[in-house]
Amino acid sequence: MTVGKRKIFNSFFQGLCRSMAFLAMAVLIVILVKVVTNGVGVINLSFLFKAPREGMTEGGIFPAIFGTVCITMLMIVLAIPVGVSAAIYLTEYAGKNFLGRIIRASINNLAGVPSIVFGLFGVGFFVLFIGRGMDKILGIPLLFGQPAMLWAASTLALLVLPVIIVSTEEALNSVSVSLREAAFALGATKWQVVRNVVLPQARSGILTGAILSISRGAGETAPILFTGCAYFLPRLPVFTIPYVHIPVINPLDQFMELSYHIFIMATQSTNVAATRPIQYGTTLVLIALTFLLNLSAIIFRIYFRKRPR
Amino acid sequence: MKVEHGIKGQQKTKIKLEELTFYYGKYKAIDNVSMEFLECKVTAIIGPSGCGKSTLIKSINRISEITNDVQVEGKVLLDNKNVYDRDVDLVDLRRRVGMVFQRPNPFPKSIYDNVAFGPRLYGVNNKKRLDEIVEYSLVKSALWNEVKDRLNQSAIGFSGGQQQRLCIARALAVDPEVLLMDEPCAALDPTATARIEELIEDLKKYYTIAIVTHNMQQAARISDYTGFLLNGQLIEYNITTEMFTNPDKKVTEDYITGRFG
Repeated sequence: MTVGKRKIFNSFFQGLCRSMAFLAMAVLIVILVKVVTNGVGVINLSFLFKAPREGMTEGGIFPAIFGTVCITMLMIVLAIPVGVSAAIYLTEYAGKNFLGRIIRASINNLAGVPSIVFGLFGVGFFVLFIGRGMDKILGIPLLFGQPAMLWAASTLALLVLPVIIVSTEEALNSVSVSLREAAFALGATKWQVVRNVVLPQARSGILTGAILSISRGAGETAPILFTGCAYFLPRLPVFTIPYVHIPVINPLDQFMELSYHIFIMATQSTNVAATRPIQYGTTLVLIALTFLLNLSAIIFRIYFRKRPR
Repeated sequence: MKVEHGIKGQQKTKIKLEELTFYYGKYKAIDNVSMEFLECKVTAIIGPSGCGKSTLIKSINRISEITNDVQVEGKVLLDNKNVYDRDVDLVDLRRRVGMVFQRPNPFPKSIYDNVAFGPRLYGVNNKKRLDEIVEYSLVKSALWNEVKDRLNQSAIGFSGGQQQRLCIARALAVDPEVLLMDEPCAALDPTATARIEELIEDLKKYYTIAIVTHNMQQAARISDYTGFLLNGQLIEYNITTEMFTNPDKKVTEDYITGRFG
């Protein structure tokens, strides 16, 4: 091949790869521009802090924002302990043995399961099996055995579990061998090494997993479709403690959620023209909210990284 | 606080290797080595890179098992008890046999928390008691005067030599009987090395010390006994002055005089 030809090939492939990279970026930009230009007009305080009216053609989306924030936080609270413990077992105890390999393969496959399957599993397992089962054991009328925030968050937690496990595993593996050795040489047990040396070092990596799982979980619709989110609720999923009058989030209540709200406005509305601006506005809020949740997790991570420990 | 182990004129065997053969997987790193480490003496292990020096001392506190698949034949007797017996508690073994590594590896914590790390593992949480242990250990490792006003500073900001002395203090804090040192000066400059050597001189009053070193002069300066290891085999083991002035074997002489290695 001549020198000239090689040079042409070189620049051709460089250009090709570069345009593909720009294509990926362009998709994001187009989505953002479209959503922002169409949605920013409807956003104002009453849109953010009021409930929908007139069959979703008017009013705000506050219940959906509230539900999204609640369910994402509940999801993280449920998923982190399970995911981190599993990752600790896999890296520190199971290592590369047969059992460890099988568990790891299962987790990788779990990550590939379509989200609608998680949704159906959530109904079958959490709502019907666990929920109804609890009602039966406690001998009470229907309380746990119906779609609720708790079950939806549990289903989402399962969905993001592989993300948390894989990123935590990476974080644990990156803790230097010499620090582990130092602790073992002082007579630390495995758990003491994990607790006092490995986890503090891996903390920011674990938080990265949390960030990724928030991104993954916050916008999901399918897993919560049957497990707890509602088309429309006249009230927030809040429960007031008697006598002291402190409102708390009620995880056994149903909730509204942004992505599901977009879905029903787009497919179930009788007046599409009237809901279209609200759809754009809701989409913008969902994207912004995911971004905000991510941002807070990033700030949290920087804070932990800086603290000398 | 610390009992004097050694009585002058009387030499007690602290550690005894009996026909020790050590494998990493299928690779034989130590080949049928028998030798003794006397109480309150410094025993140096010398030899070229990859001869199994580090493996030899790491076989005593069984630290290689953490990261490697190892297999052991023969015995390592600590006070006449084989550390490879089934009933040996690794936590207790490693409390009795402290270790200082080649690269200073302080935890990314404060000076105080580094030294208190070991005692805390054993449930010492009393602030006054911990203060005592921290001060005692730092005094013993000749670091106290430099750091006494900066105990809450992160160990990461200190020099390599200070970090290494901190690692020694950390090892001393759990009150060990034996101190294993795996080329403790390899990453240090000459001044810091001299300070560590002085420190070793001082520490051997209380502890049995086994030190691996690349540096022949260092072995000659600080050790009472020296073992020369080559390809996993113990070629020669003798009183240091004897070995360096009048080695038994030709290959030892060649190594000591720098003809290979």
